[in-house]
Amino acid sequence: MSDPPILHIEDLYKSYQDSEIIKGISFVVQEKEVVVIIGPSGTGKSTLLRCINLLTRPDKGKIWLEDQEITAPHTNVDKIRQRIGMVFQDFNLFNHMTALQNVTIGMTRVLKMKSTEARDKGMWELERVGLSEKAHQYPAQLSGGQKQRVAIARALGMNPHIMLFDEPTSALDPELIGEVLGVMQKLAEEGMTMLVVTHEMGFAREVSDRIIFMENGYIVEQGPPKKMFYNPELERTRNFLWKITELYGKQEEKEQ
Amino acid sequence: MEFLQNLLLLFRYLIAGTWVTLGVTAIALSTGFGVGILLATFRVYGGAMLRTIAALYSLVIRAVPVIVVIFILYFVIARFVDLSPFLSGSLALGIASGAYQSEVFRGAILSVPPGQMLAARAIGMSRVKAIRYIILPQALRLSIPPWSNEAAIVLKDSSLVYVIGVAEILRRAEYVSARTLQPFIAFGAAALIYFSLTFLTNRALDWLEQRYRVLM
Repeated sequence: MSDPPILHIEDLYKSYQDSEIIKGISFVVQEKEVVVIIGPSGTGKSTLLRCINLLTRPDKGKIWLEDQEITAPHTNVDKIRQRIGMVFQDFNLFNHMTALQNVTIGMTRVLKMKSTEARDKGMWELERVGLSEKAHQYPAQLSGGQKQRVAIARALGMNPHIMLFDEPTSALDPELIGEVLGVMQKLAEEGMTMLVVTHEMGFAREVSDRIIFMENGYIVEQGPPKKMFYNPELERTRNFLWKITELYGKQEEKEQ
Repeated sequence: MEFLQNLLLLFRYLIAGTWVTLGVTAIALSTGFGVGILLATFRVYGGAMLRTIAALYSLVIRAVPVIVVIFILYFVIARFVDLSPFLSGSLALGIASGAYQSEVFRGAILSVPPGQMLAARAIGMSRVKAIRYIILPQALRLSIPPWSNEAAIVLKDSSLVYVIGVAEILRRAEYVSARTLQPFIAFGAAALIYFSLTFLTNRALDWLEQRYRVLM
């Protein structure tokens, strides 16, 4: 194999106090791959993402980002996080900054870009998520969907090698979900490597290259969307996918 | 006519003291600001050691009357370091105010949503950068209303430095009262000046708060 995968996770464990959240997870994400993680709430999906960009330290196991083992002691955590874009469920835009400033602050303060250069790149990133006309608005003046798109632009501004999405549409009103998924789909088509935790089965089916089904801290089953949706190996996978498609599908119908 | 002339004279005399009062207040507030921000940051983000130091400072200073701090600085410390009454009084007030301001800023830092720190770290900011560029700017905006309260208190407490002989408003009003035997007019004028200063300060800070309001 010539190039190492973008992300390689090996036998990861994480507990909080007495409860074990992640119980030995291993998988690999290749360059330009879009991997969707699904599973019931409280099964460690968000914890897994936080372990990957070291917002939480895993207890055991190893994570490689490209050819660097990031779980090794004495790694430069800030440098590693620059290569990993993170999009949160509740956006977490910097409230005291305009959309543009949200996107440029990392470029100027972390990547040490010149402010004029950062401004240009910032506008370009906002353009990419279709929000250049909102550049000078504050988060409080934006809708949820717009906030999340700015948050995506902020992450993209750091030129990440992989983007992590932690239920990016779960805090959104149903009518705003589409615009965020649209941006994510566009990113996928542009070749961004993405790891997405979501309940949006439409996105999983249409956009992803692979679906990982997680439950109780384990990976239950993984495979390409076609197989997972229409011909899963396990009854449990079939049940979950059927249930969640039913649930969210009904919601979609109601909106129409 | 003569009464009015005397009144004018009185105010002119007191206004010379007003500059001293403003000087003491400005030094005390800015010293307290620096100390307060530092201690608040230690208390929220510091390790066990820094947290304890900051908490102790706040506990001890707030338990001691400001006037005692002024005396300690002027009669004890100023014997070893060259400090004028003006400077030791101002610094003593600043040291005291620092403890109160640290409580103001600590509360404000804690009310910045935790996701802000997460998001800052996620784009590769160090803890220090995240505090400086993301947390503190928001905390400072949130702390303007309680800080404005503290500013009024320090402005009024600046009158305490008269005990170590700084010729600010109150000290001067006392001179006038002793000379003219008209305490009501002398202290009434002093009160009026204090009122105007406090009123204007609060107004200015209200404006600042409106200007930099952050919606979360």
